[in-house]
Amino acid sequence: MTSPLLSIRDLQVDFETDAGRVPAVRGVDLDVEAGQTVALVGESGSGKSVTALSVMRLMSGRVAGGHIDFRGKDLASLSESEMRRIRGGQIGMIFQEPMTSLNPVFKIGRQIEEVLALHQQLAPTAARAQALELLKRVGIPSPETRLDQYPHELSGGMKQRVMIAIAIACRPALLIADEPTTALDVTIQAQIMVLLRSLQQELGMAVLLITHDLGVVAHFAERVNVMYAGKIVEHGSVRDIFKRPAHPYTRALLGALPDPSARAQRLEAIPGRVPSPTQLPAGCAFCARCKHAFEPCAGKQPPLFEVATGHAAACWLHDATLRRS
Amino acid sequence: MPLVEVSGLRKYFPVRGGLLGGVVNQVRAVEDVSFTIKKGETLGLVGESGCGKTTVGRLLLRLLEPTAGSVRFAGHDLLKLEAEPLRRLRPRMQIIFQDPYSSLNPRRTVGDAIAEPIFVHGLARGPELDRKVSELLERVGLPASYRSRYPHEFSGGQRQRVCIARALALGPELVVCDEAVSALDISIQAQILNLLSDLQDELGLTYLFISHNLNVVRHIADRIAVMYLGKLVELSDAESVFLNPQHPYTRALLSANPVPDPDVPLTPVMLSGEIPSPLNPPAGCRFHTRCPSAFEPCSKLVPEERLTGAAATPHSVWCHLYDDAQKST
Repeated sequence: MTSPLLSIRDLQVDFETDAGRVPAVRGVDLDVEAGQTVALVGESGSGKSVTALSVMRLMSGRVAGGHIDFRGKDLASLSESEMRRIRGGQIGMIFQEPMTSLNPVFKIGRQIEEVLALHQQLAPTAARAQALELLKRVGIPSPETRLDQYPHELSGGMKQRVMIAIAIACRPALLIADEPTTALDVTIQAQIMVLLRSLQQELGMAVLLITHDLGVVAHFAERVNVMYAGKIVEHGSVRDIFKRPAHPYTRALLGALPDPSARAQRLEAIPGRVPSPTQLPAGCAFCARCKHAFEPCAGKQPPLFEVATGHAAACWLHDATLRRS
Repeated sequence: MPLVEVSGLRKYFPVRGGLLGGVVNQVRAVEDVSFTIKKGETLGLVGESGCGKTTVGRLLLRLLEPTAGSVRFAGHDLLKLEAEPLRRLRPRMQIIFQDPYSSLNPRRTVGDAIAEPIFVHGLARGPELDRKVSELLERVGLPASYRSRYPHEFSGGQRQRVCIARALALGPELVVCDEAVSALDISIQAQILNLLSDLQDELGLTYLFISHNLNVVRHIADRIAVMYLGKLVELSDAESVFLNPQHPYTRALLSANPVPDPDVPLTPVMLSGEIPSPLNPPAGCRFHTRCPSAFEPCSKLVPEERLTGAAATPHSVWCHLYDDAQKST
């Protein structure tokens, strides 16, 4: 078996604050195979974006432990100049805010050409031609005109297409998409997700999709990792997660969604709120909100238990030895 | 008699420019919008960014002055009222905004925030006011002891509960919920939706529920109005709109909505182009430039309201495909 394209092991990320050390990511394992779409889902503050930004080494937090292997290299130990070659080259990234991710004072064309000049040492004319090709590829109408426009002249959906053009300019092996459609309308969201899928198939690239939108996950991901309070609490195929959720948090999250077949009934809200990262309980972080909590939950953090092939949940309910007793 | 009756509502925002700062153009944000809301009902208003749904909500409460049209609330013609009678009517209609972070003053306790409308309208003071504030906090699921805390001490969901308590302080009949759960995480969103339903059952509230989230609107609304570029395109019973959408725009919108179930196929109808500018909306049907079913009359004539479906559940659609006389076959 070949090793995965991206393999994160026991990643720990802390933020230093006035109130002390705040753990944002607490031992995350995550694999992305070449060409695969892997979703990382969770609510605000679950640590999903911090995990993604750690791969790119683009955040102010401190990686306190763990490995991030990408094509056999540990990204956490690369020098800044080596990292710069990978960032935007072998790993592309798009963000939630296409409005703020583009530089407002440079024309669209220049911002794409810059990536090509930097990573592929293309001459200006070649870079220009390539930029035009890229704008065509991401479905921007009249691309020749767009090259000479500024970001403010484009709509949100068009800006996200430009961001995608920049991200795929160097044919990356991995694209990290952090809430790529959250700021977009639903018809534009569908266009962008369909575009990402076709680019992925064409370029054979893997996508790490960070989102809180379970609708997007259901239709565009192959594998799903559910995060809660800095840990992955469940991972499995998209069907495992939606049809056979094994962790009480995943079940509760799916239950809290409005169900079209049971309109006007009460939603199964999850009581309470996510614990503050400075006051995490000793045991399972979901324990206080969980309706299945029993003796071991408050005291010990559950490891991931495999519930089926390729499907695991970090919950003591799945510890065969405990259940028998 | 419906609680709210909106008819021919129009709002143009002037665009100033030129040397003398004169009006050079107009943003046609809302054009000829009419609907009614029955007492105790929830009308969902959906559409994409810039379609005018928030403007409709503000016009309804006369937080913005309409350019034309009329709004009747409980028999009163809101737009004809003088300042004082309007002020006396205000307690009966309230609004909850999307962002619970910016709609509370960070320097005042939440108790003060909830007490202010009661005090301003002279409904209670002293110990009576304190008791009312405590009741309201408990009513929205917060301990009364939280009254002396500041907004930054609360999570997003709790802040939205405070905003709901403030909206309820004057005992309103109509509450406009403008993207009231859109900024909240799924688990918290469910709590707030349940709270809104409970309050409606207990207090007989009427909601105009404005949202871009189709799954949420389907859950909470009795009837749904769909807007595109300042105009209504479809209005009917919630299930009728979802199960039997008539307007090509509604169909496209629903087809693009990913249902969180991998077994429900997602086959989005791709709309060509982008939403046109409301500065210069297309002639005829405003959707005709992107409509997969457009034919001759669409670019020339503004479609009128047509009724389809059974008499029991009237289904209004503004589309030339339903003008029998002008059908393209």
